[in-house]
This record gives sequence, structure tokens and C-alpha cells, in this order.
Amino acid sequence: MDKEYSDQTWDLVIESKNKFFNLNLKEIWEYKDLVWIFVKRDLISMNKQTILGPLWFFLAPLFTVVIYTFVFSEIANISTDGIPGPLFYLAGTTLWNYFQSCFIGTSSTFTSNANLFGKVYFPRIVIPLSLIISGLLKFSIQFIMFLGFVFYYYNQNLINPNYYIFCLPFLILLMAGIALGTGLIITSLTTKYRDLTYFISFGISLLMYITPVIYPISTIPNSIRFLVEYNPISPIIETFRFSFTGHGTFYFFDLLYSFIFMLIILLSGLTLFNKMEKTFMDTV
Amino acid sequence: MNTLIKVENLSKQYRLGQIGTITLKDDVIKWWNKFIKKDLSLNESIEVNDRTSVSSSKFVWSLKNINFEINQGEVIGIIGKNGAGKSTLLKLLSRITAPTNGKIKIKGKVASLLEVGTGFHPELTGKENIFLNGAILGMSKKEITNNFDAIVKFAGVEKYINTPVKRYSSGMYVRLAFAVAAHLDSDILIVDEVLAVGDSDFQKKCLGKMKDISSNSGKTVLFVSHNMDSISRLCDRVLYLKNGEFVNFGPTSVIIEQYLNEESSATNEKNYFASDTIKGNEIVKLIQVKVIDELNFTRYNFSVDEKIGLIVKFQVLEETSDLICGINVFNNMDVHLFSSHDTVNYKKVYSPGIYEVKVYIPENLFNEGVHYCGIAFMSYYPFTIHLNDVGSIGFNIIDKQDGSTNRGFYTNTIPGALRPSLNWVKI
Repeated sequence: MDKEYSDQTWDLVIESKNKFFNLNLKEIWEYKDLVWIFVKRDLISMNKQTILGPLWFFLAPLFTVVIYTFVFSEIANISTDGIPGPLFYLAGTTLWNYFQSCFIGTSSTFTSNANLFGKVYFPRIVIPLSLIISGLLKFSIQFIMFLGFVFYYYNQNLINPNYYIFCLPFLILLMAGIALGTGLIITSLTTKYRDLTYFISFGISLLMYITPVIYPISTIPNSIRFLVEYNPISPIIETFRFSFTGHGTFYFFDLLYSFIFMLIILLSGLTLFNKMEKTFMDTV
Repeated sequence: MNTLIKVENLSKQYRLGQIGTITLKDDVIKWWNKFIKKDLSLNESIEVNDRTSVSSSKFVWSLKNINFEINQGEVIGIIGKNGAGKSTLLKLLSRITAPTNGKIKIKGKVASLLEVGTGFHPELTGKENIFLNGAILGMSKKEITNNFDAIVKFAGVEKYINTPVKRYSSGMYVRLAFAVAAHLDSDILIVDEVLAVGDSDFQKKCLGKMKDISSNSGKTVLFVSHNMDSISRLCDRVLYLKNGEFVNFGPTSVIIEQYLNEESSATNEKNYFASDTIKGNEIVKLIQVKVIDELNFTRYNFSVDEKIGLIVKFQVLEETSDLICGINVFNNMDVHLFSSHDTVNYKKVYSPGIYEVKVYIPENLFNEGVHYCGIAFMSYYPFTIHLNDVGSIGFNIIDKQDGSTNRGFYTNTIPGALRPSLNWVKI
């Protein structure tokens, strides 16, 4: 008992084993300035040595939309559920890009910061958090552009935005949570199994094709529709598109499914990350 | 005394060989062993960390069962050869990696400086990097703002503060980086041998700052260095590690003496009995050489103002009147400082038997540091060297730095191979 008591007076006890789940929110709060500085560093270094600078935040998705409209709508003739082509693709890619940048950034947390992690301690989760936030800022910029399109087509009476647009914060939370959770799992495993880094790049494009980004759910043949329906990201994209255009589908239970999936994947991700962060320097 | 750090049975095990090649199979085997309660980490086949011997085991203890306590306001030096476990200990203390066994208990905030300029971004300006680096080291934005002027002033880069650090000279870069770390508001500062990169003036400034930090603000400093000079100037106590194991922890002068005795090839006493150490020929053989002080006690460390004595015990096997003992003294840079021959006993007849000669080297002659003695026996007619043993006998010269020696109150390193006391006269 005496020993137990004396342990209480220490601010920090470093041991070999972590508690199974140990998310020290207080400590993360103490490092909030660092999160913010990493966000700033991300945004600044992205536009260094470019002529157009932040304009690229608009140009990149615009080009994508032009290409998608041309390839999928004009050439392949894939239905857009009655939504004007550019708006349809912009809705899909805006939210998808957020997921993709969060996921890819998070999934290389350990390998791309090994130098820094090898020299100084701070809660490792700071890096993924800052990626989620800088991703959110990029998303906001693209979202403003998206709103411009919404406004344009709304004036032409081609779309019917509805009250479901108030779901947006919840949709973003779902996207961020799933990206963070899967990213944390991948980065924790890549410290040992580098093979996974190869998997990420084609895995993410594979995932995009089973997500209704470039096609509406209604165009999928029944035989393979389960692939898209079991994908927890599908309802998020569909709901987003539905709330701003009035076209497409909205099912409450699909969103609930995504939410539960997000909780499970996020908890597993955090647990695994927490287990790996203490000793990954020995294996990386 | 307020204990700030308590280390209990601390051990860290590393895997030998290629870590990148861990396969799923290995992991499955490991999980299986864990499952059937075979504790691999306590396997006896794990070796101590002696990097010179070829290993047969898959794992190695980089640190093994280390215990010590550190009090508030102390400056602690950590010494040991390469591979002794110093850096591993610092990594564990700064939470870079976790121990395999044991515990570290810490009171207060830890800041560690294992590398100068961690996280510096070359594209960002000096000012932006101060904030970035400060935040990485655990400072809040407010703390950095409060200390900003002091940091810039210490680093001496006022003029370049809005220039990207990629345009800095390496010296400016290091100065700025150390300045940030030196102004951390932490209770414990951990510093690896990072200061080796700056110029010597800057190193002194850093050492001075570290001394300040501990004596003025009561912070605890842990400091790794190979430079015994900085260790002895800065530290109150020293932790001595060898091959990952604890050797000793105590007052600086005592531990440094032990370290130099154990790790340097020179000793203050050498016996030449064993067949592999026999020095001599059919005329004369060495028996023993000792370094002594004025009271005839065997010593290794001498103050600059003490006489250093040598006793050479030798055996003459053949009667001769042409035998001279000589000594050659080298400093730790292998500069041959002087040579001295026993001219007093020359021409004396040595009949077969055992003899001893004693000689004192005057005080106030050597500069600080380890010195080596070569012991030789010669004949002049014809000139023959009977034996010459170089580098196995040595002694260390230290300076008390209390103002009574010929350094006066000057505290920095005094250059030069010798440091005689001269009479300065005003005319």
C-alpha cells in the first residue's frame, strides 16, 4: 500500500506497458499550439514556390470536375440522377477529397515523421489531428466554391436544397472519424509491415470506385450493389449530395451504420496507435 | 532533498540484425510464445551490450537494470564509451521509446534536446522556426512570445530573424536552435552531446547557460558528453555506464577518475609479471612502475600544483655500469613533452638484483588532462635500448579552479602543451 501511495506523487511514470486505451485529452490540450502550428506549416509549405499559390485550392477540383464531366458524363454517358453534371461531380469530389487527404496523411504519420519522433516527445496524435484540421480548412475553401455552383443551379431551378444540409457538420465528423481511424490503423501496421504503403495508393482509388463519387447509387447493377452499400462512406456522400440538390437518396439507417462503423474503427485505430507509438522508433 | 527522477530496474532490449525484415511468421511465433506464457524478454541467452564481440543471440540489452535517483537542481553528467547505453537512457527519459522492463518516475516537466534544431523547417524564417521549434519542444505560444527577445538575443541573430533558416550559416542555425531549448520553461533539461557542433566559443556559452539554468533557476540538467572537461566543469554528480550496465554514480571527480582509470589504457600502476607483459632482455627487466604523490601513495589524479612521482622497480640480470633509466612524457594528444634520463645513478655499478629508482616531476609544469609515461632502459656505449614501454603508465592532471593555481581566476581552457608557473614582474 505504501508503494501505491508514493506512486501518486509522480507527474509521470514511464513503463513498458501502456494502459489498453489511453487517450490523454488533457495532454493533447496542452499541445494545442503545436497542433495549430503544424496546420499552418502544412498550409504554408503546400503553396511555397507556386505562382498561383492558394488559387490551386480552387483550380485542382475544377480541373477534376471538367475531366469527370467530359469522361464520365459525355463519353461514358453515366447518369447523374438528374443533377447537372459539374455540380454532381463537384459534390462527390469535394467531400471525397477531404476523406482522401486525411486518410493518406494520417496513414503515413509514423513513417514520414520518424526523424522528428526520434528526437523529441509530444503526443504523437498531434500530427494526425493537425492533418484533419488542415484538411478541413482546404475542404472549407473548396466548399465555398461548391456553394457558388449550388447557388447558380438553384437560381436556374435545377436543384432543391433541403433542410438535410444541417447534417453537414455531422457528415464531416463521420468522414474525419473514418479517415482518422483507418489511417491510424494503417500507420500503426506500416511501422512493421512496409508492404502496406504500396497498398494505400491503389487501395484508396479502389475505394473511390465503390463509393458513389462519380456515379449515383441508383445506377449500380443489383448484383454488385452490396459492395457500395456496405461501404460506410457511400451514405455520407449520398446524403451530402441529396441535401444540396434534392436528388438521390437519404436513408437514416445507412447513416447510423456509418456512424457505428466510424466509432468502431476510430476506437480500434486509437487503441492500436496508442500501443505502437511508444516503441515504433525501435522498428521503424 | 526533493527527488525529481527515480529510475527503477530500467532495462531496454534491442533486436539484433535487420529489423525491417520482421515477417508475419515471426510475429505469429511471438504471439504464440506470449500465449503459452514463455517470456522471451527474460531469456538468459540475451547478451550484454559489448559491441566488440560477435554476438550469438538475437537480442541485446542496451540497458540493463539501471537504478538511480536525481534531486532537484542537480547537474548530472552521463558518461561511458560509445555503446554504453547513454543515448538509450536519454531516449527513455525523453519518451522517444519505451523501456522493456522497469520504471522511470518523473516529477515536473521534461524538455529534451537530443538534437539541435529538431523540426526546423528550412523554408520558414528564424522567427517562425522559433515558434515551431518551441512548440515542438512543448512550449505554449505565450511562453515563446514572452521569451522571444531573450532567445533572439542569446542566439545573436537579430539581423536575420526574418530570413528563412536555409540561408543561415550552420553556426547561426545551431545558435538559434540551442537558444530556443535553453529558454524552455521546464523543470528537467536533458541534453545530448549536441553542443559538439558549434564553435568553441559557443560551446562555452552553452555550458555557461546550462550552469546558469541549474544554479539560478533550480532546474535539473542531465548532460551526456564524451568531453571530461565539460563534465567536470558542469556536473555535480556523474552516472557512469558501461556496456549498458550501471557502473557507478557519485561525485564528479570520483567518477571521472574511475572512468579514466577503467576506460583508458593507461594505469597508475603496472606489474610486469605475466609473460605477455614482460619487458626487457637478458640485462634488465621491468618489474613494476607506479605513479605516486609526495606521500608515496599511488595516485592517478594530480592537481596542477602537485609533484608527480614515479617509482620504477627493475631487475638487473647481468652486472653493468652502463645502465640508465629514462622516462618520456606524452600528453593526451600524443605530443612528446619531454624526456629525462637518470644521470645521477649513471656509472653506478648494478650487480644482479632488484632495484628501485624514484623521480619527481615538478609541480606547475603540465597542463590539464591525461598524460602518458614511457619507461625505457638504455646503455650509452654502444647506444642500446634494452626496453621501452610506452603508453601503459599514465596520470591525470586536474585543476581545482579555486584561484590558488597558476590559472588564477580564469575559468576557460588554457591552451598549450605545458603550463609552467612563471614570474610576472611589473617594471
